[in-house]
Parts: sequence; C-alpha cells; structure tokens
Amino acid sequence: MKRNPSLVAMHYSMLVVLALVCLAPILVIFATSMRQQVQIFSEPLNFLFIPTLENYRAVLQEDRLEVYLRNSLVVGVVSTLITLVLGCMAAYGLARFRFTGRTTVAYTTLLLRTVPLAVMAIPVFVIWNQWGLVNSLWGLILLYVAVNLPFTIWLLYGFVLQVPAELEEAAAIDGCGPLRVFTSVFLPLMAPGLAAASIFTFRIAWNEFILALVLTDRHTRTLPVAASLFITDMGVDWGKVMAMGSLIAIPPLIFTFVAARQIIGGLTAGAVKG
Amino acid sequence: MRVSRWTLAIYLGPAILVMAAACLYPVLTAFQLAGYKWEMGTPWSSAQWVGLDNFVAAFGNEQVWASLWTTLLFAGICVSAEMVLGIALALALEHPVRGMAIFRTAFILPMMIAPIAVGLAWRYMFDAQFGLINAVLGLVGVKPMTWLADPTLAFVAIVIADIWQWTPFVFIMMLAALASVDSAVMEAARIDGANWWQQIFLVKLPMVMHVIAITLMMRLIDAFRVLEVIYVLTFGGPGNSTEILAVHIYKTAFVGQQMGVAAAVSVLLLVVVASLSWAALRLSNPMKDAR
Repeated sequence: MKRNPSLVAMHYSMLVVLALVCLAPILVIFATSMRQQVQIFSEPLNFLFIPTLENYRAVLQEDRLEVYLRNSLVVGVVSTLITLVLGCMAAYGLARFRFTGRTTVAYTTLLLRTVPLAVMAIPVFVIWNQWGLVNSLWGLILLYVAVNLPFTIWLLYGFVLQVPAELEEAAAIDGCGPLRVFTSVFLPLMAPGLAAASIFTFRIAWNEFILALVLTDRHTRTLPVAASLFITDMGVDWGKVMAMGSLIAIPPLIFTFVAARQIIGGLTAGAVKG
Repeated sequence: MRVSRWTLAIYLGPAILVMAAACLYPVLTAFQLAGYKWEMGTPWSSAQWVGLDNFVAAFGNEQVWASLWTTLLFAGICVSAEMVLGIALALALEHPVRGMAIFRTAFILPMMIAPIAVGLAWRYMFDAQFGLINAVLGLVGVKPMTWLADPTLAFVAIVIADIWQWTPFVFIMMLAALASVDSAVMEAARIDGANWWQQIFLVKLPMVMHVIAITLMMRLIDAFRVLEVIYVLTFGGPGNSTEILAVHIYKTAFVGQQMGVAAAVSVLLLVVVASLSWAALRLSNPMKDAR
C-alpha cells in the first residue's frame, strides 16, 4: 500500500526531531569539551565557536589520564572476556543439561540480575576489604564479572535454545569430541548473542563509577571515577570534565554505531520472542 | 540431556562460584551488616552486634520515609510517562520506512552512554546562568529558572533526564512487538468495520499486552535502581528533594559513615526490588520451559 507523501514527510520529520532530542545532550558534551573557559560560562546558544583542544590538553597533562585510561581498558576488556567465557558455558549447561537444582540456579540467577548497586555498595566495601581486594584492579574485575553474569547467562540462554541440539548430536556422531562440538559447531552459531552480551558487559564495566569510586585509590581509579572527582562542592570544572566525559563516551558510541542491530536484539530478546 | 557431575561442574561451576561469592554473598551480607554498629576505617573485629537497633533507627527516621516517598513518586511518574510516550510513538511510527536503522541507532545512544556523562550533560544544560535549557526557554519568553537549586524544579529535572534516557527503550521494545503482529489480523479488523480507535485499543494493543507488561516491569525495577545519573545531577539535593533511596543509602554509608543504618535501609530497597523481580518472573520466566 502506497502511503500519502505528506504522511511520509511527517513520519520522517518526527523521526528527525526524536533523533535530535536523543543526540542533543551527547552533542552538548562534545561541544562543551571544545569550548574555551570563557565561552563555557556564557552564550549557551552560540554554536559557531572556534573549537579548542585546550581542555583535552589540560586533562592529559595535569591529571594522570593515561593511568586511568589504562585501568579502564584493563577492567573493561578483562571483565568482559571472563564474563563471556563463564556466562557462555553456564548458559549452555543450563539450557542443555537436566539436573537436580537446575530451577534453583536459574531462579537465583534471574533474581540477582536486578540487585541494585546501592545495595551492593556497603557489603562489597566490607567484604573486599577483608579479602584484600580493595584498591586493586582484580577487585573491580571480580565485581563486574559477578554483577554481569546473571544478565549474560539470561541473554545467552535464549540464544542457546535457538541452536538445534540435533546439530551438535550430528557432529558428535561424525566423530567430534565434546570440546570440538562446543568450539566449532556451537560457538560460531552463538556469535550474535556473544556480540550483544560483550557490549552490554563492557558498557557496565567501562561506565560504572559508584562502586569503582568506593573500591579504588589514585593508582587504580577508572576514567568515570576520575571524572566524578571533578564535581566538588565548589562547583564543576566544566571544560575538563566534559573532555573526560567525551573520552568516556567514545567506545560506547563506536559500539552503538557498529552493532546497533545486535544491541537491539539483546534489548528485546526474551520479551518479544517469548 | 543427562550428564555426569564432572561435566556439570566444568560448565556451571565457575559461573556459579563467582556469582555466589561476589554477588549473592554480598547481598546476604547486607542483612548481617544491618545488625552491627561499625565505624569505617576500624577493623571489622571491633564491630558491635546491636540487634535490630539499626532497623529501629532507620525506620524511626522521617528522612527514610521521605526518601521512600520520593523514590515511589520518581518511579511512578517516570515509568508512566515513558510507557505512554514510548507506546504512542511506536504506534505513530511503526510503519517501516527506509533509513530506520540510522534512527534506531540514535535512539539507543542515551542508554549506552556512561551515566556520569549523561548526568554531567544534563547538569550543564540545567544550569541557571549558562544552561541551554534556560536559553531555549528564554527564546519563547520564559524567565530563567534556577532548576537545580529549587526543590520542585530539581525533581522535575531528574524526571526529565530519566524520561529522556529510557523512553527510547520502551519505544524500541514496542516497535519490535508491533512488528510481530500479524497483518492479516489487522486486515480482518478493518474489514469488519473497526474504526481507528478500535483497531488500536481493542485489537493491536491487546495482542502485544504481554510485551507491554514485561517492559513495564523492567522499567519499574530499573527506576528503583537508578543511582549514578542522580548522583551527578543533584546528589539528592537541594535539601533532600531528589534523595531517592539509592542516593540515601550511599550518602548514609559513605558520607555519614553510618554503615549499619545504611545497610538496614538497603535491606528495605532490596525487598522492594526483589518483590518486583519476583512478580516479573511470575509474569514471564525466560528459563522455565527449556525442553
């Protein structure tokens, strides 16, 4: 059915307005990071300013940015990898194997998915102190793996169900060992699920700052923690903090542009299909 | 498939161990901590067992009840607005058009960007003197407002930021759900003489009711969990006007240094969120019917 041109035009203009509303605050971060101090505190509607990298130079030189950047990358990448491996194996086990206690494991996992980080903050601070994990990157990695596993298992579980078990059985009959079946038959079919799971996990590990603030010191701080420390009772150092905010925003922006389809698949998985 | 204990242990063991030690154990410890008086920075062995004193202190504190009310109000307003807006937009824009992939990408960005960046962007935009929002309102003759310094306006500000961030989620969920509605059913409704209103409210929406319910539960649970954006945007202020429970817990523990009392309040938040999650699981358990 052909639609009325004016209806199509209205459709597109609504989409454009909505996209602009979604993008505006993100553009504000990048624009402010490239303004001079004077402009930051005046002329909010003047978008025709000469961009400067002064703020970026300031955070790079004065604020040990390279340390925080390295910490953030290590924590983000390592916790994502561990979460994927453990989560994928657990999702496979839960979906394929029948065993006593399976329901308990599944229910507990699903309930842990929604624990508020504010509830975790106090006990984690106490326990990590006892375990000697405070002020170490491993402490943060362990935490992020643990809080991301429930969601990852839940997400991948749905993807495992879509891989027909007959396929694995056929490969096993053809002489593949269990490990070969898992790596060469099963894993390639899981690629879209793994992509979505890795983006969601990395997003938390890279973006989170409340627990990281509590668990790190000046050597193990991540970028978002460093940025949050620019917010003081005296006010906010806008130029610097927006430069840092831009740096923090870049990896998620890239992922979103590269893998929007997988992200949307991950968001709607379960709810829409089921 | 039935498998040996060893195979089970290899596949499920590591994940269960990590979740039990670093997620479940901390959650259970929150209950234990709520029974102790402990000063931050002193060894744990010096902590004193105080029984239910922390709960008595927490629930006798008007501030906690005010905070619970703020949380309920925040969750109620945000989630209703997001659901209504998201569903309405999805109904208006469900017809597939070329280039939708690009727009979808823009719509998921607010959820992907770091909460610290989101909070900062809104804090800058809401600034009374040099903020974009006052400047734009000024163009239509509205006087500048001190958004983040006024209790009511600050609450409005955190609501606006949340609606901005999460309406796209509802929108995307609903687009996916509406796309799964069989067009033959809509055709039949049209032939039977259903008008526009009837087609939407009596045919289309009931067919996606399940997704609406799950989306609503997901949003409600998340609305009780928000912490980071509000931490950056207002830190619960001015006064206590935007101090939702999560912020209250954080402030009591790490600013007020009252770990035990904060743990008692966090048990309250945990009970609220866990009951919602339980209800959501009853509604749809993604792991129930696995062959």
